[in-house]
Amino acid sequence: MMELDLNILQQLGYIFSAILFIYGLKMLSNESTAARGNVVSSIGMLFAVLVTVIEIVNPVLVLSAVLLGALIGSAFALKVKMTSIPEMVALFNGFGGLSSFFLAWSEFNNFSVISLIMILSFMTVLIGGITFSGSVIAFFKLSEILKGDNNFLNKASRWFLIFSILFVIIAVIQVIAGGLGYELIDLALIQKTFIALLIISLLAGLAFVLPIGGGDMPVVISLLNSFSGIAAASAGILLTNTALIVAGCLVGASGLVLTVIMAKSMNRTLYNIFFVGYESSGSSAAEIDGEIKPISAEDAYLVVEAARSILIVPGYGMAVAQAQHVVKELGDLLEENGCEVSYGIHPVAGRMPGHMNVLLAEANVSYDNLLEPKDINPTMETVDIAIVIGANDVVNPSATEEPGSPIYGMPILEVHRAKTVMVLKRSMASGFAGVQNPLFFKENSRMLFGDAKESISKLVAEFKD
Amino acid sequence: MEIVLLLFFILILAIFLGLELISKIPSTLHTPLMSGANAISGITLVGALSLDTGSNLQMILAFSAITFASINVFGGYLVTNRMLRMFKKK
Repeated sequence: MMELDLNILQQLGYIFSAILFIYGLKMLSNESTAARGNVVSSIGMLFAVLVTVIEIVNPVLVLSAVLLGALIGSAFALKVKMTSIPEMVALFNGFGGLSSFFLAWSEFNNFSVISLIMILSFMTVLIGGITFSGSVIAFFKLSEILKGDNNFLNKASRWFLIFSILFVIIAVIQVIAGGLGYELIDLALIQKTFIALLIISLLAGLAFVLPIGGGDMPVVISLLNSFSGIAAASAGILLTNTALIVAGCLVGASGLVLTVIMAKSMNRTLYNIFFVGYESSGSSAAEIDGEIKPISAEDAYLVVEAARSILIVPGYGMAVAQAQHVVKELGDLLEENGCEVSYGIHPVAGRMPGHMNVLLAEANVSYDNLLEPKDINPTMETVDIAIVIGANDVVNPSATEEPGSPIYGMPILEVHRAKTVMVLKRSMASGFAGVQNPLFFKENSRMLFGDAKESISKLVAEFKD
Repeated sequence: MEIVLLLFFILILAIFLGLELISKIPSTLHTPLMSGANAISGITLVGALSLDTGSNLQMILAFSAITFASINVFGGYLVTNRMLRMFKKK
């Protein structure tokens, strides 16, 4: 009787924590309540953990593991630079997947007869394993340790994925046949299949993410975010634990929504991103008319100083140069000078959804001044100067003007329609998409070469003189 | 088996609820949303706490599952909090 009461108490606790998770996410839909929403969600987590530890089996092991995790997690959270959040999220996606992977593995070892429930542990291990190893590759690509594109490796990856799918189908058939009492299939065989599946799922994660280019990373980490939730939900069904199911589904849905938003903002289908990639555009790049017109920081100051309305368009280059604080300083000086300053934020600028917003929030830019392409494009002609800071593909006019271009149809910030465009750029290298950008060759474009932070600091210094 | 079907029912409802909730979150907050999701995915901690620790392998698996889930819970909530505090001040 006592056992039963404990179980009911736990279930009630999980319902309460599910309410807190849901309410926390709801509060995240508004900037002013978002921080409290995060606290509400964390109380939900605390509650779910507390009602679970009532009947703990091995307190020493549990406590030391939680302490170790708390230590590592807190160190990550307090040390990480805002520019490196994409890497951290990628890594944490992987940890979530890995935790489900171990959970399902441990649960599988408890089976003493063949049961259809085993399929759930197969599924969890598969999704968890792919999430983990895929996220590790995404992490290496984001931190630019892993670069380049290897044609042989890409082809091999595709074939391995096909092999993995076949293997999973065979594994599931084995369990079903065994579960129905087919004699040739015994527990020992299924255990061997499971071990093979552990390895294959990890390799499949590598094969899945390796061929995907750096420019598609915002989509990839959104999808892996979703996978880490689906793995947890799947583990929840395996363990008949409602807390895991509800929380896992919320995360799975969240990642899915972001994945779709990212893919739409790039005007690409998920199939195209994951299985085709950008075709190398080859020779068409050479046919751009016009010439590059470099500008010095001194001349740039004179242009900027005379402007009445300025749009700042940040991209990944701003993050790399850690230029968000000087950008804010320049914005303030311009406003004191009587100029209207706004910021154009493209959904896929940077390496993850909302990346630019976080950097500008860190620099204390008010989020009322941040505009999306649909807000700013209709009035682009009234902008005196669009200052593009380390963004490339998201301002590439080929997307609207050149039907043959690989990025044709992608919604962009149409800065080429502003009176003047000033592009801050390290060199003439093309963006992640590997597509040339005709913007740089337009009549109204000026190029300010150099590190974004240095260039803007020079402008700021000129203002102060 | 019946209970598994019931759990699938919860799963479907939770997914639809999640899609509704998330689509209302403004793009400004998408990065904190993702790190917050990292923290919530650490819910596997709840499952890992009651894993069997009967053999050496099982102990290693339980220990690892708990550790990685706790990294997500602590790291995820803390870093999200750090970010959202920056959004709050204006």
